Amino acid sequence: MTTAYRTVIGLETHVQLRTRSKMFCGCAADYANARPNTHVCPVCLGMPGVLPVINREAVDHTIRTGLALNCEIPEYAKFDRKNYAYPDLMKWYQISQYDLPLCVNGHFDVEVNGATTRVGITRVHLEEDTARLTHVTAADGAPASLIDVNRSGAPLMEIVSEPDIQTPAEAMAYGEKLRALLRWIGVSTANMEDGALRIDANISVWPEGEPVGDVKVEVKNMNSFRSLGRALAFEIERQTARRERGQPIEQETRGWDESAGVTRSQRTKEYAHDYRYFPEPDLPPLHVTRQRVDALRAALPRLPDQVAADLINQGAPEADVAELVQDRPLTDYTLAVIEAGASAGEAVTWIVHEFRRALNAQTNKSAAIPIPPAEVASLLALRAKGSVSSTMAGEVLDEMFATGKSASTIVEARGPQISGQDELLAIARQVIQENPQAVQDYRDGKGRAIQYLMGQVMRITRGKANPSAVSTLIRTQLDAME
Amino acid sequence: MSIDRSQVDHAAELARLELSDDERERLRGELGQILQAFEALNTLDTEHISPTAQVIPLGNVERDDVAAGSLPQDAVLDNAPRVEDGQIRVPPVLDES
Ligand SMILES: [Zn+2]
Repeated sequence: MTTAYRTVIGLETHVQLRTRSKMFCGCAADYANARPNTHVCPVCLGMPGVLPVINREAVDHTIRTGLALNCEIPEYAKFDRKNYAYPDLMKWYQISQYDLPLCVNGHFDVEVNGATTRVGITRVHLEEDTARLTHVTAADGAPASLIDVNRSGAPLMEIVSEPDIQTPAEAMAYGEKLRALLRWIGVSTANMEDGALRIDANISVWPEGEPVGDVKVEVKNMNSFRSLGRALAFEIERQTARRERGQPIEQETRGWDESAGVTRSQRTKEYAHDYRYFPEPDLPPLHVTRQRVDALRAALPRLPDQVAADLINQGAPEADVAELVQDRPLTDYTLAVIEAGASAGEAVTWIVHEFRRALNAQTNKSAAIPIPPAEVASLLALRAKGSVSSTMAGEVLDEMFATGKSASTIVEARGPQISGQDELLAIARQVIQENPQAVQDYRDGKGRAIQYLMGQVMRITRGKANPSAVSTLIRTQLDAME
Repeated sequence: MSIDRSQVDHAAELARLELSDDERERLRGELGQILQAFEALNTLDTEHISPTAQVIPLGNVERDDVAAGSLPQDAVLDNAPRVEDGQIRVPPVLDES
């Protein structure tokens, strides 16, 4: 008889906040392309006698995040020292928040295959990032570690979830949705590849029916959502195998090895987690006034979940909406297209599939979308009326991007859609004659042959033919030939 | 209040201090005395005093998010034991971050 197991996963997400200066000093926070150790001052270098001062914007970003995650914002928060000795920590302690964080008791709904899981958010707190260590063989041939202090003191927010996640897929969905939310409210670039978003997982596997214990394994070093999913799947397999053999799960930290596809124990002495937190004497506590919280709440944009629910209510397909709200500028644009008269369903689907293709083909991706939303609405209207075919609409859009001309000007210049039967009939016959293989395939019952022949007609007519008319015409011709 | 040798060893390890046997014994006594001094706090009546994490009457000291200057690189590296490629070079450490 095999035992069933259940998996318990909690996630700790570190997020670099988008600020101009560091957490406790005036060093510029945009050190990404800077030479090492050029965004450093006595405060973030941890010199004795310096005084840190809290960056207000970093606190506001953390509260914004807490509000977007349905957290309570307590009236009183403080910073604490987390003590540990490691060369990435200039002071031998990290300023963090221990028992009185800025945000507590939130929740975040995550969807996997149409099912929604509510993941509790234990807390969101603020701390400072550490210096960057690289392990190298130095110029003299000896192994060494090199320290770049630029990242030290950058504002870092940590979002701790409750252990409410049960599968790798849920963990990945949580990560992806969280990344979209952080970008949406503008608190972080949330780019995993730059280290602006780092997800660690606590995971344990328990026999079904037995209570969940305290022991858990912390898994680190996942550099993508895919790695997160793979690392968790590996741990489930590893821990289940240990349970099957009657071996205990040890409380430990394991690092994900991407190329080997395994997690490995990172042996640390048991005192490693003796952090000896105590209140940071250099930083007076924060009284978070209700006016401050209310003002931040009022200034938050409508959140992706709310916008998505609206669009779905207006008839847009769920899958396309989920795709759209990953991207706030594109969502705002779509809402403006709908505002200008397009139907929500058509606008969302067409923008997610067709418009985004044309947009991604643009060379200058950082610039604002150059086409006024009303122009897209009018193109969609021409398409709905049948004045342009779907294929032609895509080409018209490309031309709008290229020339800045209006949809109607381009459509007029291209001439009306070909619907004259004689002209189409001639083209259809030509295509059938030139593609005997496709004709044979059709006779053999391969339905895709029709698609191919239609494509040829559309190509010759440059998309100006009505697709359903073409389809009917080709079938009639083929059947007449039998 | 007295503390034992293993507590001294633990504190020394956390502080990365290497102590001789004589020092360990001397510190055991001294640390015990320090803790004893704090014991005096337990004689006070704190029933009507709410706990606090601060001893100065300040709160909400925040600054605007404005980037000011940083130090020149050579000044940053001035105290480094060794320098390589504009970075502080230290003996190799296991990556556990
Ligand atoms: Zn600094």
